[in-house]
Amino acid sequence: MTHKQWPLWEIFIRGQHGLNHRHVGSLHAPDAEMAINNARDVYTRRKEGVSIWVVPSSEITASSPSEKGPLFDPAESKVYRHPTFFDIPEEVGKM
Amino acid sequence: MYAQMIKSEGTKREDMSPQELAFQARIDRGEKIEPKEWMPEGYRKTLIRQIGQHAHSEIVGQLPEGNWITRAPTLERKAILLAKVQDEAGHGLYLYSAAETLGVSRDELFEKLHSGAMKYSSIFNYPTLTWADMGAVGWLVDGAAIMNQVPLQRTSYGPYSRAMIRICKEESFHQRQGYSIMMTMAKGTPAQKDMAQDALNRFWYPALMMFGPSDKDSVHSEQSMAWKIKMNTNDELRQKFVNETVPQAEYLGLSVPDETLAWNEEKQGYDFAEPDWSEFFEVIKGNGPCNRERLEARVTAWDEGAWFREGLSAHAEKAAAARMAAE
Ligand SMILES: [Fe+2]
Ligand SMILES: [Fe+2]
Repeated sequence: MTHKQWPLWEIFIRGQHGLNHRHVGSLHAPDAEMAINNARDVYTRRKEGVSIWVVPSSEITASSPSEKGPLFDPAESKVYRHPTFFDIPEEVGKM
Repeated sequence: MYAQMIKSEGTKREDMSPQELAFQARIDRGEKIEPKEWMPEGYRKTLIRQIGQHAHSEIVGQLPEGNWITRAPTLERKAILLAKVQDEAGHGLYLYSAAETLGVSRDELFEKLHSGAMKYSSIFNYPTLTWADMGAVGWLVDGAAIMNQVPLQRTSYGPYSRAMIRICKEESFHQRQGYSIMMTMAKGTPAQKDMAQDALNRFWYPALMMFGPSDKDSVHSEQSMAWKIKMNTNDELRQKFVNETVPQAEYLGLSVPDETLAWNEEKQGYDFAEPDWSEFFEVIKGNGPCNRERLEARVTAWDEGAWFREGLSAHAEKAAAARMAAE
């Protein structure tokens, strides 16, 4: 059989107005329009969304698991980026 | 279960390489394994087999219920059944997508299903003879599936776990719509109540078989449990299912077709009769009442849908070419 498999698409759904689109899964479709149609049928049957993005999976560049250390470890030692690092006396009031 | 008797190939702990030991330690700590991360070949293969079989069960599982969509007794029941069967197509898709992250294509999995190299759950090889069977299937078959799928939400493989979470959200509707059919029929005319009882009689043991053979005959359980791709033993889940289902049958005024069934105070659970395992193995081998019909329906749908898949591809290519020309 000469059948060519449809490309894979990653599906992002905005759950409610004001929220970010979130990755919900993937599906196969011949083109973007069909990917949106299928995403509607598969991922929003219970009013889970108000907007859909579809992106060809092949267009996504991901960080590799082996880079986890160099990418994310440096943030570990920079706890002063969080407000809780600083003790503010109670007398000062809400800050 | 939806995945039964999955062959699992792992290395014994004492023979593990440092990399394998580190992998097992991650699982023991409750970390999720994600697609691009290193994993033992056995883990990957076992998962493909299990998720693939689970996916096949979802889509083949549409057939016995699809059988009744055009003959549902009311428009409302028809719409509900249609929605339920549509959910199952979605479940199949979530699971095929999860399997694809392990480096197998969906078409490869389809081919293996169609050639008989991969199986689907034994339960879908039984016929649905009356409308009451739609009640029994939702109540018992989806009910048994829930027993297995709820703990699998905590499985070690990230994409599988996320697919399970999504599926579990939808599954409860399936069981309830089935039980609601049973309630209506059990409260109906004597003839309707008989139909409900008959459906329970026919589906009880096949539903118990869904959990797979007894633990003592379940050779691959240990490795799969260490990998957290199987969360409970077959017998544990079967017992839990019986404990929950018997009172539901009593409420309906129907009797479970097992004369030995009795509450055991000591174990806080029911004693019950094992299904006929020789029947189970026959069904698995392809000799159940509907094996041939189910597979034929799948293959026909795939083959006769080829022109449609190709047509959509051709349209997509043409539209892309037109866009290029316009730029
Ligand atoms: Fe399902
Ligand atoms: Fe279901």
